[in-house]
Amino acid sequence: MRHILSILLENEAGALSRVVGLFSARAYNIDSLTVSTTEDPTLSRMTIVTHGSDEVIEQITKQLNKLIEVVKVIDLNESDHIEREMMLIKVRATGKDREEMKRMADIFRGRIIDVTEKTYTIELTGTSEKLGAFIEAIDRSVILETVRTGASGIGRGERILKI
Amino acid sequence: MQISGAEILVRSLQAEGVEFVFGYPGGAVLEIYDAIFRQQEFKHVLVRHEQAAVHAADAYSRSCDKVGVALVTSGPGATNAVTGIATAYMDSVPMVVISGQVSTPAIGLDAFQEVDMVGITRPCVKHNFLVKDINELATTIKKAFYIAATGRPGPVVVDIPKDVTQQLAEFHYPESVSIRSYVPVTRGHPGQIKKAASLLAEAKRPYIYIGGGAVQGNASAEVTELVRMLGLPCTNTLMGLGAYPGDDRQCLGMLGMHGTYEANMAMQYCDVLIAVGARFDDRVISVPSHFLAQPKKIVHIDIDPSSIAKRVKVDVPIVGDVKHVLRDLIDLMKQNGQRPDAANLAGWWKQIEQWRSYNSLLYTPSTEFIKPQSVVQKLYEITGGDAIITSDVGQHQMWAAQYYPFKRPKQWLNSGGLGTMGFGLPAAIGAQLANPNAQVACITGEGSIQMNIQELSTAKQYHTPVKVIALNNRYLGMVRQWQEFFYGTRYAESYMDALPDFVGIAEAYGHVGMKIENPADVEGALREAFSPALKERLVFMDFRTDQSENVFPMIQNGKGLDQMDLPPHMRELQIAPFENNRDYGNMC
Ligand SMILES: Cc1cc2nc3c(=O)[nH]c(=O)nc-3n(C[C@H](O)[C@H](O)[C@H](O)COP(=O)(O)OP(=O)(O)OC[C@H]3O[C@@H](n4cnc5c(N)ncnc54)[C@H](O)[C@@H]3O)c2cc1C
Ligand SMILES: Cc1ncc(C[n+]2csc(CCOP(=O)(O)OP(=O)(O)O)c2C)c(N)n1
Ligand SMILES: [Mg+2]
Repeated sequence: MRHILSILLENEAGALSRVVGLFSARAYNIDSLTVSTTEDPTLSRMTIVTHGSDEVIEQITKQLNKLIEVVKVIDLNESDHIEREMMLIKVRATGKDREEMKRMADIFRGRIIDVTEKTYTIELTGTSEKLGAFIEAIDRSVILETVRTGASGIGRGERILKI
Repeated sequence: MQISGAEILVRSLQAEGVEFVFGYPGGAVLEIYDAIFRQQEFKHVLVRHEQAAVHAADAYSRSCDKVGVALVTSGPGATNAVTGIATAYMDSVPMVVISGQVSTPAIGLDAFQEVDMVGITRPCVKHNFLVKDINELATTIKKAFYIAATGRPGPVVVDIPKDVTQQLAEFHYPESVSIRSYVPVTRGHPGQIKKAASLLAEAKRPYIYIGGGAVQGNASAEVTELVRMLGLPCTNTLMGLGAYPGDDRQCLGMLGMHGTYEANMAMQYCDVLIAVGARFDDRVISVPSHFLAQPKKIVHIDIDPSSIAKRVKVDVPIVGDVKHVLRDLIDLMKQNGQRPDAANLAGWWKQIEQWRSYNSLLYTPSTEFIKPQSVVQKLYEITGGDAIITSDVGQHQMWAAQYYPFKRPKQWLNSGGLGTMGFGLPAAIGAQLANPNAQVACITGEGSIQMNIQELSTAKQYHTPVKVIALNNRYLGMVRQWQEFFYGTRYAESYMDALPDFVGIAEAYGHVGMKIENPADVEGALREAFSPALKERLVFMDFRTDQSENVFPMIQNGKGLDQMDLPPHMRELQIAPFENNRDYGNMC
């Protein structure tokens, strides 16, 4: 099953490679990974989307916690959470496709952030599923480039990951 | 006053009470060696290969209560150390390995003798550091020792660029460190301990499975108290040998791939299992599904949550230090007067005694060939079972584990998790330095000893009078055994041809060598080697042993604990299968 893990870790050189190395060394899956510093510059916040059986996810969580630089790990799946991913997608937009593409972007609440005679670059935010749905909805042959950030997640309501 | 980074390092090691640094010099650590030269507080032991430095530091640590320290140069010195580091990591040994690194401005430029030590060792250390700022050096060393020795112990690498060792700074060694992201637990959860006590009290066929965590956690006294108080059978893993005295009736011997019949059968058929600092290794329980097919309740005490439910789901996980958890468990059971039912226990013991009566470690004696097992038994007799034994990897290692019933923890030093050939001799040197008055013997094979035989030179220089007991079967015996069983006796590259004259080698290094070919000479030779006349000497004993001997019992890959390959004398026996529902309470 797909799980979305939130990790708070020391903002130190090498901490990221420890996490990534752990996943490859133990043959865990990484579907996506995002990381950046938090409001506290000594800490980074990472979101990893992974999949595996409950046993595997439990091991992943324990192994992550074992890393000295990892401060906290939560499995967002355990309760209500919000996740968002951003995608920049460059599409060919000529002729009557141009109008159609604009319409599709609107339906998905995307924003066109760069325009040339032949192309649009669309910014789209939402769940990974929604971004996938957009790609499915448009004609594959017009896609020139896609860049996705991978999902970031946060617990709903009072649930907070902090030290 | 400002001092150099090298001096800061040396002063930090002194502040940690380091007695020995095992190492080998080179360009990147010259500044450090110079600082070592100018101090007297700790001794440097010059090995002949960096791998041996790490093994020696590792065994030093395993055989006393201190953190071992190794020092190597950058590049090849660092990579040579990696096998030693991985060995210590797999067996959870606290150690600090200091490696030199090229100067900070040169990092990343493929400089001479540059290697990304932090990157290379990342998967086989508890933690590692690259010290780029001299002002962080002392604190980093403090953290390294703290991390290595606390929680689940393990090796920590500190990589120090040469320019950092040359810069100047003030020296302040912190009294203590706290790391917000690293807070090891010690006490177990009282609710869980209560559950464990109830399970034990209700058990019909209880069993205690003792691992390396009981040795590392200095919990031998607590383990022994619990086992005796409740009158339970127990078993030690290869890493747990000695945590409960091997010569006691309540101990069923080692379990696992080469465990005794009774230890393995009890593991399969117990109904309540208490795992004490043991990690359900594949060489112990073999196939988890087969092991669990026989219903049992499992309590797992381990300081590392990730060891729990890794291979086997357990009913009562208890995260904590074994020493504390067992203390609490014993006190609770005493206080409540909780004991397993005596009649049930007697029935269980009756079954165990029956299993034990088959004597699964029996072997066929010979007057023609030296039986390797008999050498170990004689060694036990002559050393009064008191020697510190190190070993290498192979058949000889298993025979050492089976036929030398260790009395106390930290008496048996071997590479279990990584299975590193070449561990034995440097380990013996490290253990001898840690225990100058102890008898130290290294049980090895003619294959393994050659992986670090150059350490005979180190042993000469530092006067470590270890006894090398080479069970020389002219084969990579453990490999040959598998080829005999699984590859139609096609002995691909497992015959040790062109063997050197070990007596000559020993003598060339300034030691005493003996070659023993006749079973009748085994005892005399061992007595001589351990006689007062040779007390100060390293004696290399080349025992020409039976080439075709195999290690039994053995659990083949994919087989269960109750599906052992048995020694010849047991194969004809009609052993009744264990009947789960038999009422043991009425049997006695
Ligand atoms: C040729 C060969 C054959 C082998 N055959 C066998 C065999 O037949 N039988 C066998 O048993 N092994 C055998 N092994 C060894 C095997 O590979 C494992 O190394 C060994 O079984 C692991 O022992 P352990 O479970 O005691 O765990 P260890 O590796 O000793 O791990 C200790 C556990 O205790 C925990 N711990 C550490 N400190 C504490 C503390 N203070 N409090 C609580 N928990 C703590 C750790 O987190 C860890 O989970 C063999 C090895 C070789 C090379
Ligand atoms: C460094 C290393 N290489 C290879 C192995 C695989 N291996 C395990 S046991 C063994 C044979 C050891 O031979 P020897 O030291 O003569 O011991 P014996 O089994 O004959 O007692 C080998 C090659 C290993 N464990 N370690
Ligand atoms: Mg051999």
